[in-house]
Amino acid sequence: MSDAVFTPSQPSRIRLALRKPGFVVGILIIGFSVMLALFPGIFAPYDPNAIDYLAVRQPPSWTHPFGTDLLGRDSLSRVIWAYQVNMQMAVLATVFALVIGVVVGALVGYYRGIADLIFGRVVDAVITFPFLVLVIAVVAVLGPGLINMYIAITLVGWVYYARLMRAEVIAQMGNDYAAAGIVMGYSDRRIIFRHLLPNAITPVIVYWMTDMALAILLGSSLGYLGLGAQPPQSEWGVLIAEGRNFISTAWWLSLMPGIAIVLTGLGFSLLGDGLADLLRPRG
Amino acid sequence: MSMEDQKPILEVNELNTTFHRNGRALPAVRDVSFSVARGEVLGLVGESGSGKSVTLRSIIGLARRYGDVTGQVRWKGSDLVAMPDRVLRHKQGREIAMIFQEPMTSLNPLLTVGLQLEESLRAHTDLQRKARHDRAVEMLDLVGIPSAAQRLKDYPHQFSGGMRQRVMIAIALAANPKLLLADEPTTALDVTIQAQILDLILRLAQDMDMGVVLVTHDLGVVAQTCDNLAVMYAGRIVEQGPVRDVLRAPGHPYTVGLMRSVPENLPPRTPLSSVPGVPPSLDALPTGCVFAPRCSSCIEPCLQDRPALTLITDRRQVACFNPVTNAKGNVA
Amino acid sequence: MSSLTYIFKRLLMMIPTFFLVMIIIFLLVRLLPGDPAIAMAGDRASDADIQAIRERLGLTEPMLVQFWLFLSNTVQGDLGQSILMRTDVIDVIADRLPITVFLTIYSVALSLLIAGPLAFVAALNRGRWPDAVIRTVFQIGLSMPVFYIGLVLLTFLAAQLRLFPVGGYGDTFGERLYHLFLPSITVALYTSAIIMRNLRSAVIEVLDAEYVQFARAKGLPSRLVLGRHVLRNALISTVTLLGLSIGNLMSGTLVTETVFAVPGMGRLMLEAIFARDYPLIQGLTLTFAILVSFVFLMTDLFQSRLDPRMRLQ
Repeated sequence: MSDAVFTPSQPSRIRLALRKPGFVVGILIIGFSVMLALFPGIFAPYDPNAIDYLAVRQPPSWTHPFGTDLLGRDSLSRVIWAYQVNMQMAVLATVFALVIGVVVGALVGYYRGIADLIFGRVVDAVITFPFLVLVIAVVAVLGPGLINMYIAITLVGWVYYARLMRAEVIAQMGNDYAAAGIVMGYSDRRIIFRHLLPNAITPVIVYWMTDMALAILLGSSLGYLGLGAQPPQSEWGVLIAEGRNFISTAWWLSLMPGIAIVLTGLGFSLLGDGLADLLRPRG
Repeated sequence: MSMEDQKPILEVNELNTTFHRNGRALPAVRDVSFSVARGEVLGLVGESGSGKSVTLRSIIGLARRYGDVTGQVRWKGSDLVAMPDRVLRHKQGREIAMIFQEPMTSLNPLLTVGLQLEESLRAHTDLQRKARHDRAVEMLDLVGIPSAAQRLKDYPHQFSGGMRQRVMIAIALAANPKLLLADEPTTALDVTIQAQILDLILRLAQDMDMGVVLVTHDLGVVAQTCDNLAVMYAGRIVEQGPVRDVLRAPGHPYTVGLMRSVPENLPPRTPLSSVPGVPPSLDALPTGCVFAPRCSSCIEPCLQDRPALTLITDRRQVACFNPVTNAKGNVA
Repeated sequence: MSSLTYIFKRLLMMIPTFFLVMIIIFLLVRLLPGDPAIAMAGDRASDADIQAIRERLGLTEPMLVQFWLFLSNTVQGDLGQSILMRTDVIDVIADRLPITVFLTIYSVALSLLIAGPLAFVAALNRGRWPDAVIRTVFQIGLSMPVFYIGLVLLTFLAAQLRLFPVGGYGDTFGERLYHLFLPSITVALYTSAIIMRNLRSAVIEVLDAEYVQFARAKGLPSRLVLGRHVLRNALISTVTLLGLSIGNLMSGTLVTETVFAVPGMGRLMLEAIFARDYPLIQGLTLTFAILVSFVFLMTDLFQSRLDPRMRLQ
């Protein structure tokens, strides 16, 4: 049935969004995750790299809530320190793709023509590869490691942002204000960056939230496969891989970092859903 | 057309429809009462969001899937609001039919026109396959689709907008209903085709002796086609009565505003410009008269109480504390 | 238009895309820093050895000539020699391809079985508790990386309860279904989380569509409204969604093959990467791309069969 019947009053939008439990939970999870990432030293009970051969592979207890690993390192501390790497992953693996994608998408969407045709082919070609296959192929050439992983994800990921941005810009161009800008003789740069971009960026920002969740999944997968962060660095995928061979005797080694991944991923996607509700134009 | 002595076939009493969004109740239809007799055409007029469309959907039982419907819809001695779905199903399409605004989206794009016609006949008649086919051809023919027999095998996208609207009318009327609910049936069409479709609906209504509730925002259409008129605002009927009387001397300030804004030589869907302001949102209705904030003849009581629909002459009702007395409303 | 002409047109349209795919694969190895010859020769190779490998691979030729060689060889089915396996890349891939294809189809089937009915239940109960439960569970599922789902299933169902084998893939069809169940359900759990979300909104959109309202207003029995009007239209969205998710699904099979030691193309890809086996990486990347575009093609064909509007274009 037509939603046009309902036109909720404007100022209550944020309060309405905050009434949704999912959004609030998302904000809380991500807020807490950011704190852990910024100040792991305050929250971690032990030095994550302190080896203690007298307390190897201990199950969870009051002294070690998540148990200890094969070198006697405190698992909780390692999971907390990993927040630094994994939260950084969420940002660094996506933000450059976002910037490149937004600029390219806005330009091809505004100018169309031959550049747009070529762009269309590039999109077709890139989505013809399974995302992970292309990313690990790039990592293969550059060599494993966090930085190379960021480069690889950016090289592939910008296309998705650009595609979204292009579609939005083209949709916005249909609105009167864009035509008005052109008629009034504004420079292209001004029309694109001052008028079109602020209006077109909303879906891109919403997608960014989801993409940050995906980046953590992808980054930890690559860490697990040995192509991302390298041991002894604390990273959830790496931690899970380390515990993999002891899973029946020391299950906590793999279980705990996994819970951290699920929780953070959930936080980002709840945040993304809430933002989508908040920013979506109504009517 | 005279219907004074005819008993109404449809009686709507105190109909209320409420939707719930984000934990808030949205009163889409409030205290709506009217009746329709055989062969009568009732026009339901108002701006978009005034609840006209929801009223139709509440009558035929579509709205109950989305919200709470209370009140009474008397039809042939029973109450459609209280009727369970599986009983109501034998009224829908068979006795009461509905056509929608968008001919582009109201027909299933994946099924042939013939199938969509015949499934209706199958649900409501005992006709055998051959007879159903013949009836389908007859219906398409009746609504003016050339070479009807061949076109049964076509898909909706192979018809033009006007033709599609004709197909929808054929499907709706296939089982010989006694009441037609038409939800802005011409709004989405080209101006040149609008008149043809309206004429078709009216001609069929007359031939089949159907009552019609015609929802529209176009007072010009009402003036040409309807016997009676109900004006809706923010989910309520604010004025109703015989078309001639209402249009000659409108009582409610909103009706006056609507009439002043009837466009001459303007394309359809041009916003009604001479009623200042916008309708209130349903979750923030004013305490007094719902129209008070936009009303030019608003007086003190309008801000405190809601005026009820009251008789001002023998067949006219207006919900207003300060009705207009000598408005020169003349429809274009 | 007959479907043969349609397929032909569609294949023609794939030529420029695949030209670009070839360029990407080519550039990947040639332009990014890192010398494949050094990687292949190993740490202890002399300069002369490296030079020899360069010449054998044609790396001393100008870029355009190299690309032409790469292109013409590939078209003729010559993907070079695998360093790791010491045989033709095409043979290695032909050996592993059926396993990955089987795994993929199996995962698609399981995803559909999971996501389809649940999306319908959620959509029909929108806003009520079954909807809330289904959405919450899938939201959590969406936040679980494939390798983690796999590891959890492997630990509990295979290692602890011994319900399923820990690895391998069996010889007969039945054995394969049994052996590949855990790897497939792992991918399916993740993929169905993606599909469910979109499918639920697609079903809701269809349920609210005017033509469904019209069908209800016609007084059709609900099973007819759902079975004929809703299901058919929702099926189109489902197929489209599955087609679009095929990249995700194959990324998932790559991981699941590693976790469950299934000897398919994904695991081979990782082995090739750690061995810096460039010809094999190239061949596998290309094969994955071909598989994906084949699925895109099938999706389009299926859509055009289902949707009369696309048939006449």
